Amino acid sequence: MTEMTAIPAPAVDRAKPARWLQDYGVYAAVAVLVLFNVAFTDNFLQTATLRTQLVQVAPVVIAALGMAMVIGSEGIDLSVGSVMALAAAVLPLYIGYGFWPAVLIALLVGALVGVVNGTLVAVVGLQPIVATLALLVGGRGLALVFADGQLKGITNPTLLELGTGELLGVPYTVLIAGVLAVVIGFAVRGTVYGRQLVAVGGNRAASALAGLPVTRVLIGTYALCAVLAALAGVLATARLGASDPSAIGNLMELSAITAVVVGGTPLSGGSIRVLGTVAGALLMQLVRATLINHDLPDSSAQLIQAAIILAAVYIARERRTR
Amino acid sequence: MTEPVLDVRGVSKRFPGVLALDDVSLTVGPGEVHALVGENGAGKSTLIKILTGVYRPDAGQVHYLGQPVTFGRPLDAQAAGISTIYQEVNLVPLMSVARNLFLGREPRGRFGLIDVARMNREAGEVLARFGIAVDPKLPLHALGLGAQQMVALARAVAVDAKVVIMDEPTSSLEPREVETLFRVVRELSGRGIAIVYVSHRLDELYRLCDRVTVLRDGRRVHTGELAQLDRLSLISLMLGRDVADVRRHGLTGFSAHDAGDVEPILRVRGLSIRHQLHGVSFDVRPGEVTGLGGLLGSGRSETAKAVVGALGTDGGTVDMSGQRLRRRTPAAAIRAGMAMLPEDRKAEGIIPDLSVRENIVLAALPRLSRFGTVSRAKQDKVVELFMKRLRIKAASPEQRVSELSGGNQQKVLLARWLCLNPRLLLLDEPTRGIDVGAKAEVQALIDELAAEGLAVVLISSDLEELVEGADRIVVLRAGAVVGELTGDDVTEDNIMAALAQEAVHD
Repeated sequence: MTEMTAIPAPAVDRAKPARWLQDYGVYAAVAVLVLFNVAFTDNFLQTATLRTQLVQVAPVVIAALGMAMVIGSEGIDLSVGSVMALAAAVLPLYIGYGFWPAVLIALLVGALVGVVNGTLVAVVGLQPIVATLALLVGGRGLALVFADGQLKGITNPTLLELGTGELLGVPYTVLIAGVLAVVIGFAVRGTVYGRQLVAVGGNRAASALAGLPVTRVLIGTYALCAVLAALAGVLATARLGASDPSAIGNLMELSAITAVVVGGTPLSGGSIRVLGTVAGALLMQLVRATLINHDLPDSSAQLIQAAIILAAVYIARERRTR
Repeated sequence: MTEPVLDVRGVSKRFPGVLALDDVSLTVGPGEVHALVGENGAGKSTLIKILTGVYRPDAGQVHYLGQPVTFGRPLDAQAAGISTIYQEVNLVPLMSVARNLFLGREPRGRFGLIDVARMNREAGEVLARFGIAVDPKLPLHALGLGAQQMVALARAVAVDAKVVIMDEPTSSLEPREVETLFRVVRELSGRGIAIVYVSHRLDELYRLCDRVTVLRDGRRVHTGELAQLDRLSLISLMLGRDVADVRRHGLTGFSAHDAGDVEPILRVRGLSIRHQLHGVSFDVRPGEVTGLGGLLGSGRSETAKAVVGALGTDGGTVDMSGQRLRRRTPAAAIRAGMAMLPEDRKAEGIIPDLSVRENIVLAALPRLSRFGTVSRAKQDKVVELFMKRLRIKAASPEQRVSELSGGNQQKVLLARWLCLNPRLLLLDEPTRGIDVGAKAEVQALIDELAAEGLAVVLISSDLEELVEGADRIVVLRAGAVVGELTGDDVTEDNIMAALAQEAVHD
């Protein structure tokens, strides 16, 4: 009955508003919020305000970029928050060897977790939610073991500079997040790996039959996601000036998934929206900031965020009902 | 005959674009074992789904025990006494056998608690009656698949079923388990239970069934006593070929290579997969279309998949251009020059969210890129070439492939493989479900490719297509090669004769 997949023209027309919302809804929402704040929030356009917003959102953006790729592969990664904590815990252990060795080792630990995640999913055949749940729990436990359960101050000047310094008025963290968004955007659109990733997410059986290296693509994707999470952990540690594995990255997996979903990437895989993900992260950040600026309690911000998530999922569903 | 237990009168069911059932009738009396047969798309599963309350008929009426009935949902049909046994067992694997047998109607003791001792004892009695020697206290998953199916059957009977529908119950059973199943089926029929038995294995049907109903393209084409219908007639009814023209031919057996024969490019020897393929061997030569013939479930698709490494094998070898394939993965097969068009276009072929262009270049991506970066210019050239050559009708190469018609999707998949310049092309039902025009185009293309020196393996349920398209036909039945036809022997009659042969053993 595959011959029925040809869709009649009227169905396309009816789906048009939904399609538009799915494609551009998140940008429109960001624009509306920005305009609202320009009009009603004092000092919104001041550099300091904008910078605070961007610095706060940068780790979420970085983690969400990796999450978008994993979700595009028809998977999900619940362990990103724990990987951030692991990276944070590893940093003070090796910071004695200098800035670069410590950071590289932190990223390597992330990659290792990602390879484990990817192997559980692609080789062992576990469901992604179960495989990464194991590391969500175990990863943070391991991080606390590494850190002896303690908060450790960071004294390395290079690492502290990474957290607070800036280039041409742009904080390093924001710069890194921006560059990564561009790089990932290109990787998804323009590289063999990116196209294979989207194909695997869209139809794994067909991709395997077409000779695509499905296992390698999946493991690579989970590894990349975990490396990005580890980087987010390093940046968060640098900004805080201390390694706090019990707090860093808490609930980050949910923030990252939210950014991806709100950004219009379907949870069913086969499509990755990088710019949408960045906008999704910005939108959630702006919602909270706006409400706080107008003296509404955090609880109401959470309710509104929940409403946005439901709306995003609903719009995504519209397209899939064909 | 006494009053039928199940009486289906003129049932029709329409899905968007397809009339799945067209005025189909079926009566099954008490104690009767009724075979329901037909090839893909004949309407068997639709009919079963109507009987079990999954679908409602658009027209017609189902009478059950003399009363017209409409089942709103599957549970209603079950409660009324129509049980269905599927290929996969629908029980709770972690519960004990006894629990599964009595699920939902456990014997109660004092205080309304489950009387476990009595349940186990009664379960043991039920199982013993069917000759199933298992401990009712064992968890179900500890049993073999065959024994699990027996438990499912016992449960169906224990819940006072009047009708048991069995959908390919033997497809995953060992021969010994099949014997037990048959004994149970006979026991059920002896107790007056009506049985609808769906299977592609003709031997089983003739051993077990009293009457047969043949469906084809949603219509009932025959109902009658099975004993009065020989195998050849049954097959010709299923395939829709005229029985009057069919004469019995002796099979030519395995043909010797002709003197001027080209060396085979593909040599398959003794390919085996448990329960599915039993030592399949054949050769494929360049410039020739080799057909794989057989009924549904004969192992044609499995053979093709096993050759390209998409299905794990238990034994056998595949040699491509004189080189033995050691790594058996689709990627290795593609490197060796093979390409396979899968049968299920939607599940295994297209990537629905991607564009026509991306679907075409999918397998060739590494070749159309530099340092891991895809080259759009190279892609566009290839895509333009193949869209033109295969006459793919799309608004643009950037249109989503899921918006194309079935025929054009099939051409996109053909293009995906052809742009790899394969030396061997395996086509599994290349023209199924596509419109007449596209069908003719695809058939012409297959001819053209073979003429250019490509080796082609063609699988088709359409006998006419197979006979006209193939130069040589390897006939499969129940996962084994039962004949090979070459030259003038490639006729519909000969294929049907090979399919109708009695099984040598079993």
